[in-house]
Amino acid sequence: MTVRKNQAALTPEERRAFTAALLELKRTGSYDRFVTTHNGFIMADTDSGDRVGHRSPSFLPWHRRFLLEFEAALQKVDASVALPYWDWTTDRTTRASLWAPDFLGGTGRARDGQVLDGPFAYATGKWDIAVRVDGRAYLRRALGAGVAQLPTKAEVDAVLAMPVYDMAPWNSSSNGFRNHLEGWRGANLHNRVHVWVGGQMGTGVSPNDPVFWMHHAFVDKLWADWQTRHPQSTYLPGAGTPNVVDLHDTMRPWNDVTPADMLDHRKFYTFDTEPTAASASQR
Amino acid sequence: MNKITRRQALGTSAGALTALGLTAAAATAAARTEPASAAAVGTARTIDEVYQGRRIQIAPGAGGHHGGHHSPGTPSVRIDGRELHVMRNADGSWISVINHYETYADPTSLARAAVRDLQGAALVPFGGAA
Repeated sequence: MTVRKNQAALTPEERRAFTAALLELKRTGSYDRFVTTHNGFIMADTDSGDRVGHRSPSFLPWHRRFLLEFEAALQKVDASVALPYWDWTTDRTTRASLWAPDFLGGTGRARDGQVLDGPFAYATGKWDIAVRVDGRAYLRRALGAGVAQLPTKAEVDAVLAMPVYDMAPWNSSSNGFRNHLEGWRGANLHNRVHVWVGGQMGTGVSPNDPVFWMHHAFVDKLWADWQTRHPQSTYLPGAGTPNVVDLHDTMRPWNDVTPADMLDHRKFYTFDTEPTAASASQR
Repeated sequence: MNKITRRQALGTSAGALTALGLTAAAATAAARTEPASAAAVGTARTIDEVYQGRRIQIAPGAGGHHGGHHSPGTPSVRIDGRELHVMRNADGSWISVINHYETYADPTSLARAAVRDLQGAALVPFGGAA
């Protein structure tokens, strides 16, 4: 069983294995197909029309499925690899080991935002930004420039305390847990982290930055944490909602998976710290 | 729980009206739910300005491009002649493909934010990996 670990706890060998698998997916072209898929959904998901990947209840199960597919691709390269998660409430400065040259590399230089160190720097020749919205082919970041602070633990806890999964009108104006976690409303969790990283992470082609996967692995973990806190709450809406993926509707682009299929992450992986049934699920 | 259900039901109809708000039902939706944002769309100004050396052109309601998944009222926003993909949020704020996780009050401030982020780079046409 795959165990997703906090990125801060990875051994040097686990870091090497993870970045090597990323580079291999990039080399084969597999990586860029994930970027294309994400951008296609983020441009098509609208508050007033069909919405699947973002600004809708299926934001969480869609990204869970998307990450599972990506993790499976990584594991075809190296079966030992699992997606790490980045707890940005804890590792919240540009000095975090996440941004070290032996892992993701640091922030971009002032002149053009270009990341200059680490395995994904343009000069390595191994990380060209091919799926892009502007002419720049190099990975960019501006850590902490777009917004000063990452979300705090207290802000996360306030969102985790919300008992209702999602509410009508099931979009970026909704009240409830999903939209507060996504960040269109309230303290702003997920969206703010994209903005804090800057560069491609602030755009529709955000998976161009490998930190995308670790950010979303933590958002995914927060969904699991929320389920533990609210065992009586479930995914909403249940049925018959126009433009929105109900509990038993299939999700594009896979068309063979529903939010209901995604509710229990333990069918697919566990976290290094499982909030419940720790003795049963931890190895 | 009944109260929440009623509010959810009301919210759904408000959302449906918002969806139609850019077409024939605009006046009704504006009057009942969100006058400010609906009005903002209806009165989006034509902009032709040079900002930080880049030409920003905004044409209200000229959208409906590339596949038509957007509402017909979406303005066309161009930077040096290249179209910037923009989207209106339910609360009347705006995002673009350059700033996709940060909202702006109007298309002009959105386009200016894109110019700042681009740092001189040219936009790539929609859907294309240039």
